[in-house]
Amino acid sequence: MVRCFLIHTVCPVGALSAGESRVLYSRLFGPDEVVLSKQQREFTPEERRLLQKEKVSVVARRVRSAVSLSREASGRQLVDAVPGDEALVLLDADSGVVRLRAGDPFSEEMSVLWLGVQSLGFTLACEPHDNLLLAEDILRNLTRHCLDNLHMLGQGSEVLLKSSRIDVLLSRLLPHGQLLFLNHRFAQSLEKEVASSMAK
Amino acid sequence: MYSLGSESLIKQAREIQETELQKFYSRLVKLLQLKELGHETVDSLQRLHLILSANKYARTLPSDLQQRLLLLLSSPSEQLQVLSSALLRETPPSSGEELNNIQENVSQLNTHAAALLVSQARSRTDLNNLCAQLVHGLEGRPSDRPTRSLMFTLPVLNSILRLSRESLTEEHVTILNKKFVDWLRYASILQGGGASLGGFFTGPRSRQPLPTAELDGSVSGDFFTVLCVGQGFTEDQWMNVYSFSMLRHWLLTYHSVSSGNSTMDAANRLQLSLSLSHSFSNDDQSEVDGSVVSMVSATSSSSRLLPPKERLREKAFQYCQRLIEQCDRKAQKKSDTELQKACMVEAVCILDCVCVEDPSMVFRTFPSIKALFSRLSSDLSYARVLLPIAQFYLNHGEMAAVDCECVWKLVFAHFPAELFNDPFLAHELLRFLRQNLDGLRLRAPEFIRFLPNLLKFLAWDSSAVVDDFVDLLPSLVTEGTAVEILHTLLDLPCLSATLVLQLRSVSLPISESSSRGLLPLDAFRNPAFRGLFLFLLRVETGSGHTIDRLSTLHDLLAEAADWPRVVRCAQVVPVLLHIYFNTVVTVGQEKLLAHLILVMLERSGLLLAIPTYSREIHRVFSCHLLRLCKLRPSLVVDQSHELLEFAGTTANVYSKEEVYTHVVWVLGEYLSAASDSRCSVALITSCFETLEAVLFEITSSAPPPGTVCPAPKVITTLMSALAKLASRSHDLIPRVSLFFSKLRTAARNGSVAWCADEDDLVAIVTRGEELWFLLKAPGVAQSVLTPPPHVLTPRWHRDTNLAMPLQLRVLTRLTHSQ
Repeated sequence: MVRCFLIHTVCPVGALSAGESRVLYSRLFGPDEVVLSKQQREFTPEERRLLQKEKVSVVARRVRSAVSLSREASGRQLVDAVPGDEALVLLDADSGVVRLRAGDPFSEEMSVLWLGVQSLGFTLACEPHDNLLLAEDILRNLTRHCLDNLHMLGQGSEVLLKSSRIDVLLSRLLPHGQLLFLNHRFAQSLEKEVASSMAK
Repeated sequence: MYSLGSESLIKQAREIQETELQKFYSRLVKLLQLKELGHETVDSLQRLHLILSANKYARTLPSDLQQRLLLLLSSPSEQLQVLSSALLRETPPSSGEELNNIQENVSQLNTHAAALLVSQARSRTDLNNLCAQLVHGLEGRPSDRPTRSLMFTLPVLNSILRLSRESLTEEHVTILNKKFVDWLRYASILQGGGASLGGFFTGPRSRQPLPTAELDGSVSGDFFTVLCVGQGFTEDQWMNVYSFSMLRHWLLTYHSVSSGNSTMDAANRLQLSLSLSHSFSNDDQSEVDGSVVSMVSATSSSSRLLPPKERLREKAFQYCQRLIEQCDRKAQKKSDTELQKACMVEAVCILDCVCVEDPSMVFRTFPSIKALFSRLSSDLSYARVLLPIAQFYLNHGEMAAVDCECVWKLVFAHFPAELFNDPFLAHELLRFLRQNLDGLRLRAPEFIRFLPNLLKFLAWDSSAVVDDFVDLLPSLVTEGTAVEILHTLLDLPCLSATLVLQLRSVSLPISESSSRGLLPLDAFRNPAFRGLFLFLLRVETGSGHTIDRLSTLHDLLAEAADWPRVVRCAQVVPVLLHIYFNTVVTVGQEKLLAHLILVMLERSGLLLAIPTYSREIHRVFSCHLLRLCKLRPSLVVDQSHELLEFAGTTANVYSKEEVYTHVVWVLGEYLSAASDSRCSVALITSCFETLEAVLFEITSSAPPPGTVCPAPKVITTLMSALAKLASRSHDLIPRVSLFFSKLRTAARNGSVAWCADEDDLVAIVTRGEELWFLLKAPGVAQSVLTPPPHVLTPRWHRDTNLAMPLQLRVLTRLTHSQ
């Protein structure tokens, strides 16, 4: 099961310090692990939400640093892209995986898959027994849909103002964090549903 | 992509004033009271979501707004469901009652409401209730509920089970086991949906539903799987997909060997599976159209005798076997080819689970795994599929008495050498190593031989995999490999540069040799230097610890010192060296540790010239030289010849200051009869003379051109060492006194050529004087300069002299009432 899906910056942001990342979209799946842990302390809902937000920031920061190290090492220059270049930009995207140790920040070890598309990163945090090959495909698919439906290569802010579209997309292609083995027919059927839902 | 507009939107959302926010809330409540909820409402809800999620700290919504949002959860419009679920997830719940109300109407529960319930569950009880209701919902007859409405049930259950396996009772588990069997094995093999596209006047009977097809276009001959396609799908086919997607986790959670007690004991199980395989082999295939019907399902009838858990295992086995067969077909679409790879991985993993739980199935499973291995082993693009196969071999190869040599060769020799730059393979291979260290040490102990190959992952992408190596390195350091590992780690930046060159030489044409920045590439392609690079790129240990022409190699790669990959690599080496040394002291005998000291001395001057790299390595060496000698003081006497040679070379003072300082210190501290009885007066004298000569040299003239003055620490350490040696052999004391008086005279003139700072000079002279005075009482000098161990280690209450006052003080405090 995927624990979270994030869209966040991987470029320097003026208001933030060097290694920080602005999280534009975050979705956590499943019950809050804090609720089920054997800890003595009871957390209020506000504290739990804060903890979740902090965990998300930790993941975003780790991916941000992984992306910048990877880009530096490969020495490739980022080429400016315009709307319409979605397919090209996706092919060109950097990808990798970060290992998060147990406790830092999730209670068990995670494999965090990331896709660096220009100035944004798309991230999936997967649990130990998840099929990473499948997760990689799903991440690419999700990214492609986000780029297309939210016109992310432009200067708009639809990723912030139309986040419900991402929710609908996730509810079909990654329902409750479940990685699905969808052949092209099943995928088409779900994508049609997503498209019709977004059109309303 | 990320624009200033977005940044300012977030800023506005965060800094919205309370009054404005309250106005917004009330406007929103009014909008939600309207009959028709249009674009304006949706936009406002979206803006509210941005405001709520932009902040770390939660905002509480007014209760009337929260009520309205809860009502939206069951709205017919999906967009409103989505928005209300997202909004309610961002705020703390006002009370649990409303959620309970939603939960009661499970038939109206949609996926977004379920997501809200799961994320806001406050305790295991909440989750248990939800699970119970979801399972109950699944039990109903398919005709009772609309199609696809409960399809999200399995993902929700899976997400809960991830963290709370106890949320399902035994009964629920049994129900689900049975359901899984139905969906996985007995889903419809006819296409759904589209088959009913007959015209208005065409009756249902005149249109025959089409069977599902395989990915290569041919008609499906066996039961439905995720790799079957059709124009439309029936509900049970959808459930087939959802079930398979969570099957591995289900088996791991509820079918692992330690959990639950099977109703069949091992003997019965073995008997049944043997009879199944017997009937399998007896099937007369000539009677069946072999090209269409899969061989797997021929045995399905006999498994009806099994209880649900075992039956699911059997069906899972059949499903995976069928998937593996289906993956042999050439898919028409690229996305399906990728899916086939993922399915192969999943199938092998599930078969592994099944065999771990029921070892008698290993014999039935191995033939297909073996066949898959031989089919894929020559194609590197299937490397990630071969890793689960390797796991299977590791877990069950011994039981099946199969030779796994070729598997290990592929995984440890081939993959790192060819695919070091695939980040996903690196991650998975290193994870495989980490998780199976014990198993590998038992069943494939020769994997340690491939250490130089495995380090290629580290050399290529240091920052990504250093964490894995921090965990792995301790297990890879053995008496046999220790020295080679040390050399390899020190030359890791060279390996990094070589890997870059290897890839470049493949991609760049040979004619481009004279362009800028490719000098190392020329060297790489030059046959004269081939041997050097081939040594670095070696796959196994055992061909020598290092090479003679190391300095040549370093010169050739000098240009690579600022390549980003090489620089990153150089940054992780000190960390790993610390781990290395910490491990080696636990596994190494005296002889090995002695050898390591020599390696440290030798290599401190033989490192790739990356800025700060030498300094960092010297720091690590110094720290561990100290620890080694503290642990085994006799090493100093043992290696005195080499240590003296190092200490006697004045050039080392300037080029390897930190290491030099520590070498001198250990000589002064441990070259005594107390550490090792072999230490003779002659040895002490010769050491003294060596150090004295160096000290005289560096304090009589300016440093050589191109170097800075030696740090005061070097000089004071030399002086202290001389004093310590003299305190052990009193004949040397006059010579020390001579030096100190000369020092005082020279310093009286003010400044000296060999010391830049006046304060430093004063400190040095003061130290010299202290030592001189100390040496005037030779007997005392020895105990002060080299105190015996029991003085250095505080024993507190264990020391009878110290204990008495402490005890009295405690008693006094206890007995006095004030």
